[in-house]
Amino acid sequence: MPKNTMYCLGIESTADDFSVGILSFDGKILANIISAYVPEEGGIHPREAARHHAQVAGEVLEQSFQKAGIKPKEITVVAFSQGPGLGPCLRTGATAARALASYLNVPLVGVNHCIAHIEIGKLTQNAKDPVTLYVSGGNTIVAAFEARRYRVFGETLDIAIGNCLDVFARKAGLRQKEGMPFGAMIEQLATQGKELISLPYVVKGMDLSYSGLLTAATQLLHKGKYRLEDLCYSLQEIAFSMLTEVTERALAHTEKPEVLLTGGVAANKRLQSMINSIAKEHSAKFSVVPKEYALDNGAMIAWTGILAFRYGLKTPIEKSFVRLKWRLEEVNVPWVEEA
Amino acid sequence: MLMKKGAEASLFLENWHSRKVIMKKRLLKNYRLPNLDEQIRTYRTIHEPQLIHRAKKAGVPTPLLFMIDVKNSTIIMEFVEGKQVKQVLNHFEKEERLRLCRYIGELIGRLHNHGIIHGDLTTSNMILTPYDKVVFVDFGLGEYSTELEIRGVDLHLMKRAFQSTHFRYAKECFYAVMEGYEKVMGKETTKNVLEKIKEIEKRGRYIVERKKR
Repeated sequence: MPKNTMYCLGIESTADDFSVGILSFDGKILANIISAYVPEEGGIHPREAARHHAQVAGEVLEQSFQKAGIKPKEITVVAFSQGPGLGPCLRTGATAARALASYLNVPLVGVNHCIAHIEIGKLTQNAKDPVTLYVSGGNTIVAAFEARRYRVFGETLDIAIGNCLDVFARKAGLRQKEGMPFGAMIEQLATQGKELISLPYVVKGMDLSYSGLLTAATQLLHKGKYRLEDLCYSLQEIAFSMLTEVTERALAHTEKPEVLLTGGVAANKRLQSMINSIAKEHSAKFSVVPKEYALDNGAMIAWTGILAFRYGLKTPIEKSFVRLKWRLEEVNVPWVEEA
Repeated sequence: MLMKKGAEASLFLENWHSRKVIMKKRLLKNYRLPNLDEQIRTYRTIHEPQLIHRAKKAGVPTPLLFMIDVKNSTIIMEFVEGKQVKQVLNHFEKEERLRLCRYIGELIGRLHNHGIIHGDLTTSNMILTPYDKVVFVDFGLGEYSTELEIRGVDLHLMKRAFQSTHFRYAKECFYAVMEGYEKVMGKETTKNVLEKIKEIEKRGRYIVERKKR
C-alpha cells in the first residue's frame, strides 16, 4: 500500500452499540467492529450501556486495528459520533475519541449520527441524491438533501418505529436474544398472521405518530382475544403502511431519483418490499443498506469524518462536548453537491 | 391527462361535459393490504368532499365539487386557474409576500374557527388565482376538531412547510400567517396556539429547547 494513504478511525456510541470503523480516504472500509450491549431485561439503560462501552472500548479498538492491518500512528484523523443519542453513551465514545486523538496528536471531527447513516448508505449503495428512510429504535426520519442541507421531510411526532415494535414485543413477553432482535421476532410471528385487526393509522402531513398505535395494540394484547401472530401482523402492516405513505409523499414532493432504506428496522423484508413498491411507482432506484452498515456502526462515522475533514471541518477538543439533541438540519454539509 | 402524480392520489386534468375539471383519483396502493387500502381510500374519498364543503361555509375558497364516485375513489371537481403559492412566494416583494401570508393566516383562522383542520397546510396546497383569491385544495388528510393540540399540529405543519420550501423567509412568513390568524381567532386563542406549537416543537426529537424544560 502506498505510504501516503490516509485513514480515518470512527467511533460510534450513541446508544446500545459501541463500534469502531477504519476507512481509507478513498472510501475503502477496512474495519467495522461492533459490540452490542444486550440488556437482560427491559430496554436500554443508558448508564449500563455506557458501562458496557467503557469495558469493551479497548478491545474493539484493538480488533479494528488488527482487522484493518494498520498501526495507530497511521491514522490521519479521528471521528466520533457527537450526537444525537443517549448522554452517558455518547460521552463514553467521545472520551475515547478525545484520548486517542490527543495521544496520536491528530485532529478530531465530531459527526452527526443521522447524517452518517445517510452518507454510509450513499457510499455502500453508490447512491447520489436519495430520499432516505432511516428507521431504528431511536429514529424514524425521512430526509433528503435540499437547499444546501439535509432536511427532515417527515419524522415521528413521538416514539420511533423500532421503539414501538420493541415495547410491544416486551409486553407480549418475548425475550431478546443475541443476534435475534425483537423486530426479527415480530417479523417472524407476523408471517403466520392471517387476520388484519383494526388499529389506528396516524399520518399527519408527512409526520407520523406511533404512540397511539402502540397503546391500542397493547390493549388488544392484554384483552387476550386475539392471536399474537395476528397482532404482530396487523401492527407491522399498519406501522409500515404509514412509513411507506410518508416516504412516498417525500418522494413525490422532492422528485428524487433514489430511495435509500437504512437503520435497524430496514432489515425487515416486509418493509423492504413496501418501499420497493413505491420506488418502482416513481421510477426511483431502491436500495437497502446492508445490515452491517444499517445498524449503528463506526464505519459510517469514519466515512462522514473523512467527508467533513476534506472540507477542513474539525472539532477542537474544547468544543467536542456531546450534543444530545443535534438535528440533522443544523449540520453544515459542504461536501454534498446541489443536484 | 395526468397532471400530477401525488403520493396519495393522482390528479387528472380532463374535459368533463365541456368543463375543465380535475379528477382526483385515489389509486390502489399495492404496498398496502387490499382491505386496509380500500378502507383508507374509501374513507378519504367520502371525507374530503365533506370537508371541502364545510370550508366553503366557513368562507374559505375551495374548488367546486361536481361528482363523487366512491366505488372508484374518484372526486371530480373544478380546475382552479392560478399558481401554487409555493411557486410564487419566493419571487414576491416583501410587502406583497407578507400581505399574502396574512391573508392565508386569516383563511386558516376561518377554517379553525369552524372546527375544520386542513391536515396538510403546505404552500403547494394553496392556489393564488388571477383574481387574488387563495383557494385551498387537498383536504385529504383533514379532520373536524376544535382541540388546541390538533390546531397546533396543523399550524406547525405550515411552519415546517415554510422552513423547508421558503427557508429564507420562513420566519417572517409564519409570523404574518399568525397575524392573519389572530384577526379571526382573537388574541387569547392565538397565544394559546402559539404556545402549543412551541410545545409540539419541543416534543420533536433532538430539539435544543427541550433542555430548557
